[in-house]
Amino acid sequence: MRAALARFVIGQPLGAAGAVVVLVLIVVALAAPALAPHGPKETGFATYVAPSREFPMGTDQVGRDVLSRVIWGARLSLYVGVVSVLFGVTLGALWGAVTGYLGGAADAGSQRVVDILMALPPIILALSLMAALGQSVNNVIVALVILLTPTAARTIRSVALGVSATPFIEAAQAAGASRTRIIFRHLIPNCMASYIVLVTTNISYAIVVEASLSFIGAGAPPDEPSWGGMLTAGIQALETAPWMVFFPGLAISLAVFGLNLLGDSIRDLTDPRLRGGLG
Amino acid sequence: MSTYVLRRLLLFVPTLVGASVLIFVLMRLVPGDIAEILVYQTGSESSTVQKRQIQQIRRELGLDRPVVIQYLDWIGGAVRGDFGQSYVQRRPVVDILKERFPRSMELAALTLLLAVVWAVPLGVVSAVRQNGPLDYLARLVSLSGLSLPLFFTGALILYGLVRIFRWLPPLEFASFTEDPVENLKQLIWPALAQAYYISAPITRLTRSQMLEVIRQDYVRTARAKGLAERAVVYRHALRNSLLPVVTFIGWWGGRLLGGLVIMEIIFVVPGMGSALIQAVSQRDYPTVQAMIFVMSLVFLLVNLAVDLLYAWLDPRIRYA
Repeated sequence: MRAALARFVIGQPLGAAGAVVVLVLIVVALAAPALAPHGPKETGFATYVAPSREFPMGTDQVGRDVLSRVIWGARLSLYVGVVSVLFGVTLGALWGAVTGYLGGAADAGSQRVVDILMALPPIILALSLMAALGQSVNNVIVALVILLTPTAARTIRSVALGVSATPFIEAAQAAGASRTRIIFRHLIPNCMASYIVLVTTNISYAIVVEASLSFIGAGAPPDEPSWGGMLTAGIQALETAPWMVFFPGLAISLAVFGLNLLGDSIRDLTDPRLRGGLG
Repeated sequence: MSTYVLRRLLLFVPTLVGASVLIFVLMRLVPGDIAEILVYQTGSESSTVQKRQIQQIRRELGLDRPVVIQYLDWIGGAVRGDFGQSYVQRRPVVDILKERFPRSMELAALTLLLAVVWAVPLGVVSAVRQNGPLDYLARLVSLSGLSLPLFFTGALILYGLVRIFRWLPPLEFASFTEDPVENLKQLIWPALAQAYYISAPITRLTRSQMLEVIRQDYVRTARAKGLAERAVVYRHALRNSLLPVVTFIGWWGGRLLGGLVIMEIIFVVPGMGSALIQAVSQRDYPTVQAMIFVMSLVFLLVNLAVDLLYAWLDPRIRYA
């Protein structure tokens, strides 16, 4: 275990740095109630207080502590990112693997559905879903699941098509294994590497989409501590209270940067063509 | 080639129809319809009067008919370029589109131009000087571009403009035909912010493609026959590595439409995106539907063009 860890740090220094950032993000998200000096929706302090000893990141337009909101924002971002990606990518992967293996009408039909869902620019699809669903944190997750499922289905389908053509699947068919058995025992385990890559690379994407939705006023309700929503409020008061933009912006950039670094190195590790290559 | 093109073209229409149904259904799911909003806004009458008014408005707008009929009516009009009347602005939605669409397209074109002019050379330099200081710098710049969310870059640029240049959002939009200088002054910043964001993946892709091509036998042959390094890089390596880059840029061109929404809000550009957000908050369905429909149409057309371009450029796809 220790040796494996050391190998990872030496072989993927950027990935290791990303892992550290992600670890910090997770700790902050989990320990938010203990770490934040105030509640995320607690008002009543003076408005637009510049960063000081009492409020290290200042206060916002209704007198809330920005530091506390940034800390709680980590929890919200990670919650939305992880839950939506787990559901969306898993659903899409199952869908893509099963229809890809079955082929024929099931495959062609499902690919047309994917076409339609991917016919709208992603943010625009998410925006119209949010308009229809109503603004809440959980509806953001629903919108993200609908956004992520088709992409995952398409990616995993192409992987599944490749796996289906391999001799061991043919051998399983010749041995008389049932369809269900082939799909769950042979096909899906061989798609796992791509699945893991999809999950790790999409979490940062989901976090950015959540923040973008909140930013355009279509995501989490304004009082929720969403980094994107905090930025919108900050832009309104850019000249008087620039800290309202800097700190949530910095938090989201750092989180996305860490997740991207980690995701990149996981992809390199799972793709044998890139392992130790020239890239 | 012809079967591929034909298949790709045949898929276009059902996808567009499917997308239009999706858009229409989503807009019908929005809680609280326009009739209620219009009535309750004025609302001083008793509730029975209000109910009758709601009924009347629904009938006038055709909202009391079956959804299927409403859809057919809408799509039939849309095909002929008639998207109905805006509930809020009380003028044809087509007029709003005619006003807003060119602005957003101009912003998108400017963004792509800036991104390509900056990202492709950076990717080439990065590959040619692999693992040198320039390469590290280029990779760091592009990785940071990928990690800074669009709205944060935009906000930072806006802050710089406001603080250093005392920039104020323009009160009136100047079109390129009227006043090109003022027009570019208004659009250059949102274009730069988004170009920085999308140049990151373009740089990375150009770099990795160049690295792959530079190791090919024909590049070695070019060197062996004594060609100047410039000619090797530009004539032999770059040309062959640009194929995926070109299609990738096209693919991003389509996705730009979503990002433009954010840019238009930050920099107060009166384009499609800001109109869409406004219409959503006002529950102005005809406008929202038309905007999203036109955006998906452009998105699908760009994707189609990219696929066809790819097939045309790469014979391996054509005959696959």
